[in-house]
Amino acid sequence: MTDVKLAADETIVEENRDPTWLGLTLDGWVRILAPTIIGIIALGAWEWTVRANAIPPYILPGPILVAQTLVRDWHSLSISLIITLQITFAALFMAAVLGLAIAVLFAQSRAVELSLFPYAVILQVTPIVAIAPLIIIYVDDVRLVLLICAWIVAFFPILSNTTLGLNSADQNLTDLFRMYRANRWQVLMRLRLPTAMPYFLAGLRISGGLALIGAIVAEFVAGTGGRASGLAYRILEAGFNLQIPRMFAALVLISLTGIAIFGVLSLISHLALRHWHESAISRDRR
Amino acid sequence: MPPEVPAARPVVALEGVTKRYANGTLAVRGVDLAIDQGDFVSLLGPSGCGKSTVLRMVAGLISPTTGRIALAGESAGDIGFVFQEPTLMPWGTTLKNVMLPLRLAGMARSEAEARAAAALASVGLAGFEQSYPRGLSGGMKMRVSIARALVTKPRLLLMDEPFAALDEITRHRLNNDLLSLWEDERFTAIFVTHSVFESVYLSRRIIVMAARPGRVVEDLAVEAPYPRGEEFRTSSDYASHCRDISHALTRAMTP
Repeated sequence: MTDVKLAADETIVEENRDPTWLGLTLDGWVRILAPTIIGIIALGAWEWTVRANAIPPYILPGPILVAQTLVRDWHSLSISLIITLQITFAALFMAAVLGLAIAVLFAQSRAVELSLFPYAVILQVTPIVAIAPLIIIYVDDVRLVLLICAWIVAFFPILSNTTLGLNSADQNLTDLFRMYRANRWQVLMRLRLPTAMPYFLAGLRISGGLALIGAIVAEFVAGTGGRASGLAYRILEAGFNLQIPRMFAALVLISLTGIAIFGVLSLISHLALRHWHESAISRDRR
Repeated sequence: MPPEVPAARPVVALEGVTKRYANGTLAVRGVDLAIDQGDFVSLLGPSGCGKSTVLRMVAGLISPTTGRIALAGESAGDIGFVFQEPTLMPWGTTLKNVMLPLRLAGMARSEAEARAAAALASVGLAGFEQSYPRGLSGGMKMRVSIARALVTKPRLLLMDEPFAALDEITRHRLNNDLLSLWEDERFTAIFVTHSVFESVYLSRRIIVMAARPGRVVEDLAVEAPYPRGEEFRTSSDYASHCRDISHALTRAMTP
């Protein structure tokens, strides 16, 4: 038996590593510090403008007052936040499951895809604000109305991205699977779904933000009442009562929620793809 | 040890094979070819001569328009195929990639793992089982691709310009390693290339093809003993073979 040996220069080239401070490279620190500094300057300028011009809080509250309101009203706002979060995540989950399932259905046959895809597009391009009143008429449960609206908005990016991904399998790999007589199920599980994974995750990241927007917009239209309502209703309510700082506080919560959703989904995407996909290669390794 | 040539028993036989693609291109015309068990055959020719088409027809990926292709093998896994690109699944480790043909055939995971690890070791990649393709050099990826093609112990190994994208030094090494694998495992090899030097170094037989339409023009033997190594690459014997094949190729390219 002749032994095949690997020559030393054929192996992996170890990449140069940049020096780090407290676990972050210079580039990493700049990415965190630069936007933070800009944010602090902007908030400072805002607070200064409000105080210097003595703008009354029912016109424009300063950031400090908004923060105080957020803390003071935390109890009622947090209840609404949880309701909005529940609707958002339920809608996102449904969008992910159904988007993936329908994309897999589309991938089975070109005929199915061609006949159904236009309807998915129609669902997407019709503004949710225009559909919501209809849904309210036909569905009694307000929470369910919100869920349906958020789902309609969130579902399409996952469907279209995953469909694209399922059809993007490498031609040579497809040939290889054919040569080894793989059945449809094996091709789907071992080739098409893994190929679609980065596309699906990119769709999920877009849909996360859209699900939140859908939940908020639907609530503006549906207008639930009482204690069991989401952040959008808190904004409406505060607006009627001229509690402008409370409006800002609810708005801050919605923004933070959106950022958190995006961050969590980006993290999931990174963890799932870090071993192999170009998008997950950290910048200092390029 | 050089494999003995067994009594001529064709593993692959092409009779009057013609392939016209849907767009009207006549890729190959009237190819008759019989390839013996255990042989190392190169298909050599300029681009557009249909050498890859012949290989893909033998692999069963496309079917001939007219003519017949007879294969001695029956089951999936009797044929191994190495593409010009490594064609690995980027989401799987090298071990997972090499296991693929066995898993597709329904082999249990543990047995497939053991066989794939042995195949990786045979191409010099022991210890790289858990690496992802992204972290490997071009030559190493090609080795994984070869290990995957050989993991089913195929009777026939088809290679479509596998080393064309590699640098000269890596290509020489892979040529040597491919020859030692061939001598050990005794598969029949069909090697598509456009390099005269590579075909002479590797093969026992060289089929020269011409383009427009793709056809076989010459069928030459390289009478040199195996194992071949650096002595062969620098010998006058090798140089004279290269000269002969170059002339044949020039004749093939001048109408």
